Amino acid sequence: MWDYLVYFVNATVLAAALRMATPLILTSMGGIFAERSGVINIGLEGMMLVGAFTGMLTSYFTGQPWLGLIGALLAGALMGLVHAVASVTYKVNQVVSGTAINIFAGGVTVFLLRWIFDVAGTSPAVSRLPVVTIPLINRIPLIGPIFGTHNIMVYMALIIVVLVHIFLFRTVWGLRLRSVGEHPKAADTVGINVFLTRYLAVIVSGAMAGLGGAYLSIAHLSRFGDQMTAGRGFIALAAMIFGKWTPFGALGASLLFGFANAVQMRLQELGIPSQFVQMVPYILTMVALAGFIGRATPPKAIGKPYEKE
Amino acid sequence: MKLEQSSLTSREILTPIVSVILALLVGAIFILIVGENPIEAYRVLFSNSLVGMDSIAATLQRATPLIFTGLAVAFAFRCGLFNIGAEGQLYVGAMAAVIVGITFSGLPKVIHLPMAVLAGMAAGGIWASVPGLLKAKLGVHEVINTIMMNFIAYFLTDYLVTGPFHGGRWTPETARILPTAELSRLLPPSRLNTGIIIAIAAIIIVYIFLWRTRLGYEIRAVGFNPTAAEYGGISISRNMIMAMVFSGALASLAGVEQILGVHGRFIQRFSPDLGFMGIAVALLGKNHPVGVFFAAVLFGALRTGAAAMDRLTDVPRELVVIIQALIIMFVAAEELTRRLMQRRRRA
Amino acid sequence: MQNILELKNITKRFPGVVANDKISLDIRAGEIHALVGENGSGKSTLMNILYGLYNADEGEIFLRGEKTKITEPRQAIDHGIGMVFQHFMLVEPLTVFENVILGSEPQKRGFIDFRGAEKEVARLSREYGLRVETGARVEDISVGQQQRLEILKALYRKADILILDEPTAVLTPQETEELFGVMRNLKEQGTTIIFITHKIREVLEISDRVSVLRRGKLVGTKNTSETDRPELAEMMVGREVLLRVEKEKAQPGEKVFSVSDLEVRDQRGTKRVKGVSLEIREGEILGIAGVEGNGQQEMVEAITGLLRADKGKITLEGKELQNLNAMQIKKKRIGYIPEDRHKRGLILDFNVADNMILGFHTEPPFVQRFFIRDERAIKENAGRLVEEYDVRPPNIQQQVSTFSGGNQQKIVAAREFSRKPKFLICSQPTRGLDIGAIEFIHKQVIDQRDKGAAILLVSAELDEILSLSDRIAVMYEGRIVGEMPVEEADEKKLGSLMLGGEARKDRGGDTVETGTE
Repeated sequence: MWDYLVYFVNATVLAAALRMATPLILTSMGGIFAERSGVINIGLEGMMLVGAFTGMLTSYFTGQPWLGLIGALLAGALMGLVHAVASVTYKVNQVVSGTAINIFAGGVTVFLLRWIFDVAGTSPAVSRLPVVTIPLINRIPLIGPIFGTHNIMVYMALIIVVLVHIFLFRTVWGLRLRSVGEHPKAADTVGINVFLTRYLAVIVSGAMAGLGGAYLSIAHLSRFGDQMTAGRGFIALAAMIFGKWTPFGALGASLLFGFANAVQMRLQELGIPSQFVQMVPYILTMVALAGFIGRATPPKAIGKPYEKE
Repeated sequence: MKLEQSSLTSREILTPIVSVILALLVGAIFILIVGENPIEAYRVLFSNSLVGMDSIAATLQRATPLIFTGLAVAFAFRCGLFNIGAEGQLYVGAMAAVIVGITFSGLPKVIHLPMAVLAGMAAGGIWASVPGLLKAKLGVHEVINTIMMNFIAYFLTDYLVTGPFHGGRWTPETARILPTAELSRLLPPSRLNTGIIIAIAAIIIVYIFLWRTRLGYEIRAVGFNPTAAEYGGISISRNMIMAMVFSGALASLAGVEQILGVHGRFIQRFSPDLGFMGIAVALLGKNHPVGVFFAAVLFGALRTGAAAMDRLTDVPRELVVIIQALIIMFVAAEELTRRLMQRRRRA
Repeated sequence: MQNILELKNITKRFPGVVANDKISLDIRAGEIHALVGENGSGKSTLMNILYGLYNADEGEIFLRGEKTKITEPRQAIDHGIGMVFQHFMLVEPLTVFENVILGSEPQKRGFIDFRGAEKEVARLSREYGLRVETGARVEDISVGQQQRLEILKALYRKADILILDEPTAVLTPQETEELFGVMRNLKEQGTTIIFITHKIREVLEISDRVSVLRRGKLVGTKNTSETDRPELAEMMVGREVLLRVEKEKAQPGEKVFSVSDLEVRDQRGTKRVKGVSLEIREGEILGIAGVEGNGQQEMVEAITGLLRADKGKITLEGKELQNLNAMQIKKKRIGYIPEDRHKRGLILDFNVADNMILGFHTEPPFVQRFFIRDERAIKENAGRLVEEYDVRPPNIQQQVSTFSGGNQQKIVAAREFSRKPKFLICSQPTRGLDIGAIEFIHKQVIDQRDKGAAILLVSAELDEILSLSDRIAVMYEGRIVGEMPVEEADEKKLGSLMLGGEARKDRGGDTVETGTE
C-alpha cells in the first residue's frame, strides 16, 4: 500500500504535475477575469494558441524570450479585444465568438508558420525562459525537490494567482468587476461603467491566456507546434469551473488535473488506460456543474449582453 | 439569435451573403501579406472547386459531413439549445458504426449497412442525451457539458482505436470495415459517396419534421418561448431532451459518412473540426435546412479549392480556415452587417 | 418650505404608449411626498427618469432651483438623489457592506479600506436606525434587511432626496411599520422622500402631500391632511368614462366549477394563495377584484396546471382537476386568457395560424397520422377565427409580433373561445388595449357567458370587474376577503376591500364577508 502511494505521490511526479499545471493555472486566471465580468470565454484555447505562436515568433526574431513573453501577452490581449468588440459591443453570442476565435487561431498560426518558416508542423527552436533554482527552498527536504527548481514561469504563475486573488477580493476594481458579472444593472445604478469593465476584463483574460500559451512554446519547450495547446484552453476552462470561479480554487483544480496528467503513464503500467485518466478533468467538471460536489454556480449575468434602456 | 418561419426572408438571405463577402475581403488582406494577388488566388480557389465534374464532386464530398453537423447544430438551435458537442457526437457515432462494420460478417449489404448507420446514430443520440438531460432536469447549461463531452469522446475513441479495436498496423486505426457496410462511391475517382444522398434526405426530413409535424411544432415553440409552450401544454424538458438526441444522431452521421464512405476504417482524431464547422454552417445557413445545404457547399468548396490554391500559389491552405472563422464572426454580428447595409443604402 | 425639486412637462413615450404625458410635479424640501396610482400609471417611469435610467423625450428638471440634466445614474447620485428600486439592485453574493460601498468605495491606492468602510456603514446604520448585519451575504438576509440596505446605500452616497419605489410591496405589516419609523427619522434629519405606493392607507399614514397619477397623467396634488380615502380612491381609479357593457341579467344554471381551500406557493416557495374557495355556475361570470400580486396569478396558474397546488380541491363538473398538467387541463375544455400574452399566451415569432392551434396542436383535425400536421385544417381554422374575431390585418401567415396589442389579444381570445369552453378564465383580458379592442373583448366574454360557459374573470381594473361580472369576490393577501352580487357592489366598497382597508381589521378572525351564497 505504502509502496503504491510512493509510486504515485513522489517528488518527481509532483514536480511534473506542477509543470503540467502551469499553463492551466495561467489560462484559468484569464477565464476567471472574463467570466467574473459576465462574459463567457470559450476562446481561451485559441487565445493560448496565438500566445504560444507569438511568444515563439518574438523570441525567434529578437533572441529575447522575455520579449517573447511580452509579445504573447499583447497578442492574447488583442484576441481578447476582438472577443470584447464582438460580444460586448456587437452583442454576438459569446459562445459563437469564442468558437470563431478558436477556429481563427488554429488557422492563422499555421498560415503564418508556413509562410514565415515554410514548415507545416513545428517551428525552429528558439531561446526560452530560464530555469531557476530557488535558494533555501531547494534545500528543504520533500519540498525542495518539488518546488526548488523550475522554469521561472512556474513561479510567475503561482504569484499571479495570489495577485488575482488580491485584485478580485481586495481592490475597488475587483469588487466592481464582480458586481458587473453578477448584476450589471445594479452596477449601472451606482455609476459603474459596465461596458468598459467588461472590455478590460476580457482583454486581460486574453493576455493571461497568451501567457499560458507562451509557457508551452518558450518555457516548457522551445518551439511552437501546430495545435500545440491540444485542448489545454478547455481544461483551463474546466479548472476554472471546478474551482468555482475563484483563483485558489482554479489553482487547486489545475494542480489536480496536472497531477492526473503526470500519473497517467504510471497508471498505464498498472493496466489503467491513460485515456481514462485523461477524461477525469472533464468528468469531474460535469459532476461539479450538476451540483454533486458542492455547488458550482457561475456568475449570474454570464452570457448575457448588457442592454441599456 | 433570431429565428424565423419555415421560409427565409430576404434580409436573412442577404446577411449571410454580406458576411461571406466581408470575410473574403479580410481574407484578401492575408493574401496580400504573403505577396500574392487576391483576385488570382480566389480565382484558383473557386475554379478548382466549382468548375468541372471532378471539382464539383470533391466539393460535394467535403460538404456532406458539414451538412450533417450543420443540421445538427441548427436543429438544437431551433429548440433554443447550443450544441457545440457535434464533434464528440460524430466520434462516438463513427466508432459505433465501425464496430458494427467490422464485426458482423456474412450479412447482406441491405441489412449490414443500415445496421452500421443506425448504430452510429444511436450512439451519437445517446451521447448527446446526457447534456440534454442535465439541462432539462438540473438546469445545467448545455454549452459547457457538450464541450466536456467532446473531450470525453476523444479519449474514449482514442482508447478503443488503440486498444480493443486496434487494427494491427502500427498506426492508430481500426481494421477495415467489411464491404457490406460501405457507402458506395458515386463518381470515382472522387470520394463522393452515397452519404450525400443520406444528407439530402436528412435535409428534407429535418424540414418536414420541424415544420410539418406536431413534434417539430413543439420543439420550435420551446425554442422561441418556453413559458408560452408550457402554457400550451408542451413539456419543456421532454422536448429539450428529444432535440438533443436528434441533434446528436444527425451529428453522428457526419462521422458515419467519413468512416463508411471515405476512410473505410476509424482513424484516431480523423475529423478536421467537422463538428465546430457545423456551428459555422448552421449560423451561415440561418438554422434552416436549405440554408445549411448552401453553407455546407460553400465550406466544402473552400476546403476543396484550398488544396489547389496551396499548390498553385504561395498562399497556404489555412487561409480558408481563417475565412471560415471570419464568416462565423460576421454572420453572428448581425448588428454590424445590418449597419453596413443601411449605410450602403443611404449612400 | 421651498421646492427642492421641480419636474416640468416631463413626457416619455415607449412604442405604443405615452408612459408620462406632460407631468409637472413639485417636491418640497424635507417632505414625504407620496406618489400614487395604479399599475401602469407611470410612477416608476417618472422616477427612473429622475434617476437617469431613462431619458425623457420632453421636459425639464429643476434641482434646488437650477435646471439640471440627468442622463446617467452617476449624475443623479452626484446631485444627491438616491433611489430604492422595487426590484432591489443588490449583488447577491456580495456582503452587505460591499453592496453599500459599491461604486463609491473608500480606498487607499486602489485597495478597499475595509475597516473604514465597515465603520462608516455601522455608523450610518446606527444613526438612522437601519438594522443590518454588515458582514452577511445579501442572499442570506431577509427582504426587510435588503430594503434597509438599499436605503443605507443611498444615505452612504449622501442622498438628500430619497425615492422609494413601492417599498411596502414586499414587506410584512411589521416590517412596514419599521420602515415608516425609518422614514420619519430620515425626515427629521432633513431628507426629502418620494414614496411610491398604491396603498391609500399608507399614504394617509406617512405622507405630507400626495400626487396621483393615472394613465401617464398627473391628476392632482393634495395636502394629505386635507384629503381622505374616498377622494384618493376616486382620483386613482377615475370615474371618467365608465365602459358600459350591454348584457342581459345572467341566467346561472348548474354549478360547473369549484375551488375549495386552495393553497399555492409560487416558484420561490412563498405561499401566495392561502385557502381560497370559489364556486361558479353555468352562464355566470365571477369577477375577482384585487390589487395585483395578492395571489390571483398563482391561483389561476394552479387551476390551469402551470403551478402545483399545495392543498385543496379543484373540480369541473364534479371531476377533480388539481395537479393535472397543462395539457390535461386543456383537454377538459377549459379556456384560459393568460395575464401576460407575450410571456404565456403567444409565441410571437410564430405566425397567426400556428398560434391559433397552441395547446390544441396535438388534436384532430390539426394533426393526422404519424404526427403529421394537417396544414389545410390549420389554415382553415385560422382563416375562420381571424374573420370571426376581426383580426387585422387578416393575414394568417404573418408573424404575430407584428400585430397590435389589441389584435394579438383577439388572437388569444379567438383560440381560447374556439372550442366551446365549459369553463373560461380571463386574466387581465384587456390590459394595455385601446377602447375599441376592450369593447370587442368584453362583448366576446359576455357572449361566451350567454352560451353557458362559467367564467372566472381576474382584473385589476375595477371598471372591468363592475361592468362584466355577475358576482364579485375580492382577493387580498391570498384570501378572499369579500364576496357580493354585482348589484350590491360599488367602487368605494370594492376599493376599500382591495386596498386592504376592512380586510386588515378582519384578518385576525379570518371572517369573510359573503354575498348571496
